Amino acid sequence: MDSAEIYPRLQHVFDEVFDEEIELQPGTTAKDVEGWDSLAHIRLLMTVEREFGIKFSTLEINGLATVGDLVALIQTHKAP
Amino acid sequence: VINLYTELQWLPTAPNDLSARIRAVQDATGPVGREIQAIANHALDLNQLTRLARAIDRRRKSGLELEPLTPFKLAVLGNGTMDMLSPALVASAARHGIALELVQPAYAQIAQEALSPDSAINVAKPDAVLFAMDHRALPLKLTIGDEAAATQTIEAAMSYIDMLRQGVKQHSGAACIFQSFAPPSEALFGSLDRALPGTLFNILDAINRRLAADCLGAGDVLLDIAALASTVGLAAWHDSQLWNLGKLPFGHTMIPLYADHVARTVAAMRGKSRRVLILDLDNTVWGGVIGDDGLEGIRVAEGDAIGEAHRSVQRTALDLRDRGIVLAVSSKNTDEVARTPFTNHPEMLLRLEHLAVFQANWNDKATNIQAIAEELSLGLDAMVFLDDNPAERGLVRKLLPQVAVPELPEQPDYYARTLAAAGYFEAVAFSGEDLKRAEMYQDNARRLELQKQVGGVDAYLASLGMTISFEPFDATSRARITQLINKSNQYNLTTRRYTEVEVAAAEADDSVFTLQVRLSDIFGDNGMISVVICRPNADGDWVIDSWLMSCRVLGRQVEHMVLRELCVHAAKAGARRLIGVYSPTDRNALVRDHYAKLTFALTGEEGDGTTYWELAVDSTLPDAAPMDVVRRGFDDPARDM
Repeated sequence: MDSAEIYPRLQHVFDEVFDEEIELQPGTTAKDVEGWDSLAHIRLLMTVEREFGIKFSTLEINGLATVGDLVALIQTHKAP
Repeated sequence: VINLYTELQWLPTAPNDLSARIRAVQDATGPVGREIQAIANHALDLNQLTRLARAIDRRRKSGLELEPLTPFKLAVLGNGTMDMLSPALVASAARHGIALELVQPAYAQIAQEALSPDSAINVAKPDAVLFAMDHRALPLKLTIGDEAAATQTIEAAMSYIDMLRQGVKQHSGAACIFQSFAPPSEALFGSLDRALPGTLFNILDAINRRLAADCLGAGDVLLDIAALASTVGLAAWHDSQLWNLGKLPFGHTMIPLYADHVARTVAAMRGKSRRVLILDLDNTVWGGVIGDDGLEGIRVAEGDAIGEAHRSVQRTALDLRDRGIVLAVSSKNTDEVARTPFTNHPEMLLRLEHLAVFQANWNDKATNIQAIAEELSLGLDAMVFLDDNPAERGLVRKLLPQVAVPELPEQPDYYARTLAAAGYFEAVAFSGEDLKRAEMYQDNARRLELQKQVGGVDAYLASLGMTISFEPFDATSRARITQLINKSNQYNLTTRRYTEVEVAAAEADDSVFTLQVRLSDIFGDNGMISVVICRPNADGDWVIDSWLMSCRVLGRQVEHMVLRELCVHAAKAGARRLIGVYSPTDRNALVRDHYAKLTFALTGEEGDGTTYWELAVDSTLPDAAPMDVVRRGFDDPARDM
């Protein structure tokens, strides 16, 4: 799956999870987003799972630092 | 089918403008409690609940009103992470009319909080304390096969729970809500686990039984999580990854369901449970349409799959009545016709003596439900309305938002289950008074006077996004046309029955005008809902040989649109007048005034009640109803409407 395809859908997920409007960049981290704490992180990842129809491992969930990482991870899961 | 529960499918899906509505209530001055409740009354997922709860919290922090929601202060003590649940609890409570304020001390301080007089919860003086514990909060020691040791373990767990109860009672006086313990999804032996003392399954089974009895005795409330988890499936309930990741006590997809159960329990403690079930009849209480299908045609028999689905609705209603829920009927029907199955059908479980009010007429249902509420002297917020027709449900929700109206699935087999899943009649206690209540309201299916229409029906119709389509008869639809001609009894002016061969002949005859009408709306396609046949007479007028319509679309102004269509085609054909005939039968009193309402002039009347009518084709067209018109298959497509 192309990252150009992933970003708009991911943007939709962020809009659902967080209150404020966030413009997603590959370098966006939890520190840049108000309310992105460890529990919101889980809620975010669960929503991403539902949106893309994938399932992350605990290791993957804990290893994410940036939005770019997340997009790459989605790509790995959606690879044919 | 698990989605019925996890997605709260008895609630309508979230509206497209959800975010805007949440933002609007956050900052609005004045009482927005009703709007908050209306927003919460959708099938919201965890993210949506979280956003709504944040808006509620911000209002509270800014000192803005949450009226008329009922305040309730709930302390929550859990052994898992409650932070992800809290917003869902607040938003779900609003759904049930509660402005929930949470008191939530730090993680895993259950005993300290309950027992210490100056703990956060005891100082806060909550209305209730919810012990959101699962089995991991209990001091359990597994002693496989050792009955004496198992008994000790159970006793130890029970005295721990009792100690928590006593602490709260003594220091804050709050009511206690205990959760039963969901059994594990992993067995040790297998089926033997339940029987063998000392296994986790066996111990939790025993604790749950004891806890239920203790709560009933002590006036505390049991929230039966063991039952809830079993309903959705233990494998779906328990989520090891989420426990390991963030100590979430159960799967995140279960949170909206869990929160709704907490909320309905709290609402029940505040006396907000519903008390009346209002039933639609056709295709809800029985399969089919009594006015068209007749006593022999409706499906309600044991041994008939469709009949049994509707019987289960009746049985559920009767069971609810036995525990004190008042039953009433609201049906679009002729009163006499609608009562016939209750008095004459041997397979009916429900009888007139079970019903407090029986409203069968052609009024809209919002008007009738309001009349029922007034008659019973109960608020609209005590009412539940069960109807298979999405447009009726939409109308009642729109005009009487306090009435609970469950969404229903396509299959009537699941009507009863959906009604039960919604938990409208949740109660935290049961008394002898309850047993007598349904009888107290009993008035043997009293019929009320017709009421003045409640406001807003027209605006609702406009919001349905209706599209009406007109076509002459064609080969594809011939079978359905024939079926409608031979089946329609109520909205049928002449009740002339034609065979498929005769329908084909009308279709082929250029002098005969034929019309098949379809209607779609935001709820879907209603299919073919009306059929008209006009034949020219010697004077060059059009005689309306047949005009019939499905009662499902009654009150949508379809007949006005059909008349407009007839006028246009009659004018094109050079006809001067439309001649209408009403031939009375024992089923079609509904359309006695059909032509009068459409401004036809009465020209004659016979002894048997047959009436003759006419309308000049050049007279002004009736006003267009709020719907789009699609026209297909006419040789000379009418224009200049």
